[in-house]
Amino acid sequence: MMNATRLKMGYVLFLVGGLLLSVPGFATVEKSSTSAAAPAASIAPAAAPQKAEQKSKSTADHSKFEELKRNFRNGPEVTKACLKCHTEAGKQVQHTKHWTWEYVNPVTKQKLGKKHVINNFCTSVKTNQTFCSACHVGYGWSDDSFDFSKEANVDCLACHDTTGKYKKIPGLSGHPNYKTMEWPPHSGRFREPTDLKKIAQNVGKTSRASCGACHFYGGGGDAVKHGDLDSSLKTPERYLDVHMDAEGLNFSCGECHLSDAHKVTGSRYAPTAAEKKGALLRGKDDGRNPTTCRACHGDAPHTEYAKLNDHTDKLACQTCHIPEFARGRLPTKMTWDWSTAGRLDEKGHRIQAKNSGGQVAYDSKKGDFTYERYVKPEYVWFNGDIKYTLFGDRVDGSDRVKINEFMGGPDDPNSRIWPVKVFRGKQPYDVENKTLAVFHTAGKGDAAFWGNYNWDKALKVGMASTAVAFSGKYDFVETEMSWPITHMVAPKEDALSCVQCHKENGRLEGLKGIYMPGNNNWPIIDFLGYSVALLALIGVLIHGGIRYLTSRKGG
Amino acid sequence: MSERIYIFKRFERFWHWSQAALIMFLMLTGFEIHGSYRLFGFENAVSYHTFAAWTLVSLWVFAVFWHFTTGEWKQYIPTMEKVDAMFKYYVTGIFTNAPHPFRQTTLTKHNPLQRLAYLFVFVVVNPVIWFSGWAYLFYNELSVVGLGGLPLSWIAFFHVVGAFMMLIFFIAHVYLATAGHTPTAHIKAMVTGWEEAD
Ligand code: HEM
Repeated sequence: MMNATRLKMGYVLFLVGGLLLSVPGFATVEKSSTSAAAPAASIAPAAAPQKAEQKSKSTADHSKFEELKRNFRNGPEVTKACLKCHTEAGKQVQHTKHWTWEYVNPVTKQKLGKKHVINNFCTSVKTNQTFCSACHVGYGWSDDSFDFSKEANVDCLACHDTTGKYKKIPGLSGHPNYKTMEWPPHSGRFREPTDLKKIAQNVGKTSRASCGACHFYGGGGDAVKHGDLDSSLKTPERYLDVHMDAEGLNFSCGECHLSDAHKVTGSRYAPTAAEKKGALLRGKDDGRNPTTCRACHGDAPHTEYAKLNDHTDKLACQTCHIPEFARGRLPTKMTWDWSTAGRLDEKGHRIQAKNSGGQVAYDSKKGDFTYERYVKPEYVWFNGDIKYTLFGDRVDGSDRVKINEFMGGPDDPNSRIWPVKVFRGKQPYDVENKTLAVFHTAGKGDAAFWGNYNWDKALKVGMASTAVAFSGKYDFVETEMSWPITHMVAPKEDALSCVQCHKENGRLEGLKGIYMPGNNNWPIIDFLGYSVALLALIGVLIHGGIRYLTSRKGG
Repeated sequence: MSERIYIFKRFERFWHWSQAALIMFLMLTGFEIHGSYRLFGFENAVSYHTFAAWTLVSLWVFAVFWHFTTGEWKQYIPTMEKVDAMFKYYVTGIFTNAPHPFRQTTLTKHNPLQRLAYLFVFVVVNPVIWFSGWAYLFYNELSVVGLGGLPLSWIAFFHVVGAFMMLIFFIAHVYLATAGHTPTAHIKAMVTGWEEAD
C-alpha cells in the first residue's frame, strides 16, 4: 500500500513538473523571421498579355471631323482645332496644377507645385524649363516669359493621345519633334517627324499609358522617382496591381482619379491622409476625395477577419496593402549623390558606369545612384500636411536636410501611419547663406552643368533665377525627401501578415505612440511575471521533493 | 476500507475541467500574442484566443447561474478560521504525515486557504482579465461606453498582469491538487466526484 502510494506520488510529481515546464512562460523566445512578401505568382513577363484591343466606345469618331482632316505644322495648331469644338477645355486646363505647376497649401501657406519646390532628383525646374516642360501640359515654356494665358499653348495631346506615338522631347520646351531628329541624343537612332494628323484623329480618353508617359518617368527615367509608379503599370498583372490588372479589373488611372472639368482628383500636395467616412457614392460631389481607398471600399472592408477593421484608426490602408514598392519590372532609384557629378575620363569625356543589374550607377552628368527592387517602405505618422524646405529656407549644413517633412503624430486624430519611399541624396547648398542651391542643369548657354560640368557657373546662373542671394561658396549637403506610397496595391493574399508588425523589430519598430501586441512591450513586467512564476514552480518542486523523500522515510 | 464522500457534482466537474482546459489554452495563445514565443502563428493565436475567450465567457455565465441557483456560492465565503493551521500543515505537517487539519464535507469542500485563493481569483484575477479582455476585444468601439480615450497600452497592461497572476495561481493550484491525503486523491475526486477520506 505505502509502496504504491510512493510510486504514484513520484509519477504525479513528475507529471506536474513536466506540465508546468511546458507552460508558455518557460518556452524559449523564438525570433520569427517572416519572409518579405514575395510575389505570389511569378513576376510579369516584359509584356503581359493584353486584353483584346477594344474599339473606342466614344460617340465621336475624331477621324471623321473635317477640322482634323489636315496636316498640322505644330502642336498649338492641333490645340486650336480642338478648341473649335471643345470651347472651354483650354480654360479648364489652365486652372489645373497640370498647367500652373503651382499649389498654395492652405494650412502652411507655402507656395508649392513643381514650379516652386526643390527636390533631390534634378533639384529644380528653374532655368531648366526647356527640358522639364516635356512633362508640362503646354507648348513653349522655355523660360519665365512663357504666356500662361494663351489657350493655344495648352497641349491636349499629351493626355489624350491614344496611339502612343506622341512624345514630348526634353529640350524642346514641351513640343514633340516636328522634324526628323536623333533621339536619344548620340544614339544613332532617329525619330520621324510626329504625325500630328494621325494622332489628332485618334484622340480619346486618358489611359495608364498616357498618364504614365509623364508619371512613370518622374525624376528623369522609368521608375526613378516614386517607386510605386513605373512603366510596368501599363499592362500590370494582378500581383503588381490588383486594380489595374490588365486581365482583371483593368482600371485606368482615371477610375480612381475621377476628373471633372479637367481637374484630376488626388494630389500629393494635398493628400487625404485619414479618410474617416465610409464609401462615397460615385458621381456624388460632396467635396470628398474620390481617390481614397475608402471612397470605394468603405470603412469596414474586412469581413472575413473583422479584427483588421480595428486597425483603421491608426493605419492607412496602404500600410498593409502595399507591402513593398518597386514590385514591377524595374528597380527604383533610392539615392542620388550629386557631389560626385562632373568627373570625366582622361580625354575629358563623360563617364557612365553600370551596376551589375544594368542600371547606370554613375554618370558624369548626375553623380552616383543606387537602386532597389521590392523595397520595404519606411513608415511615418502623416496627417496630410507636408512642410517643404523651399528656396531661401535656412538649412544647417551639419544635419541631413528634410526637403519635405510629413506632419502628424500619434496624438493627432487626423494622422495615420503611412508607408513612404524615402529618397536620400547629396546636393549643393550655399555654405554662407545656408540655403539649398539650385543650378542650371541643361539647355542653353555655357553654364549648363550637362554641357561643361562646371558647378560654379551652373550654380551662379541657377541661383540668379531665384530671389535668393548666392554667396558663390557651396558645398554638398545630405538631403532626404519622402514620397507617399499609394499605388501598386497588392492582392489581399500578398498584403502584410499580422506578424510582420506584431513581433520584435517588426515593420513599425521605432514608430512612436502605438502599443503593439507581440512586440516585447514591457520587459520589466515580463521579467517580474516570469520570475515569480518560476519561483513558484521551483517552490512547489522543492516542496514536492521533500514530501516524496519524507514519505519514503516515513514508509 | 476508507470512507467515501460525494463532493463534486456533475456540472461542477464539467465546469472545472473545461475551464482548466480553456485557461491553459488561453495562456498558451495569450502569451504567444504577447510575443513570448511562437507556436500557432500570431494570426491563428489571436483567432484561437478570441474563440476560447468567448467560450470561457459562456461557460462562466452557466457557472455563475449554477452557483447561485444551487447556493454553492457559499463555498467561497472567506473564513480565517484554521488558516494558520493550514499554513502550518503545508510547511511542516505534510512532511510528517500529520493529519490534515481540514475535513472535506459536501457542505464545505474547500479548505480555508483554498477559499481565500479562489476568492482572490474570482474577485481580482478574473475581473482584471475579463474587463481588460473585453476592452481589448472591443477596443475600437469603446467610445460607445464612454471609454474612447482609453489607450490600448493600459488595457493590455492589465490583461498581461492578470495573465501572469493566472499563471502563478495555476502553478500553485496544480501542485496543491496533489496535496490530498494521497497525491491523486483530490484529482480523482474532481474526476469522479468522490473523495476518499481516511
Ligand atoms: C485565463 C484567461 C486569459 C489569459 C491567461 C489571457 C492572456 C492573454 C495575453 C498574455 C495576451 C497578450 C496581451 C499583450 O501582450 O498585449 C492576451 C491578449 C488578448 N486577450 Fe486574453 N487572456 C485570457 C482571457 C481572455 C478573455 C476572457 C478575453 C475576452 C473576453 C481575452 C481577450 C484578449 C484579447 C482581445 C487579446 C488581444 C488579442 C489581439 O491582439 O486581438 N482574453 N490574452
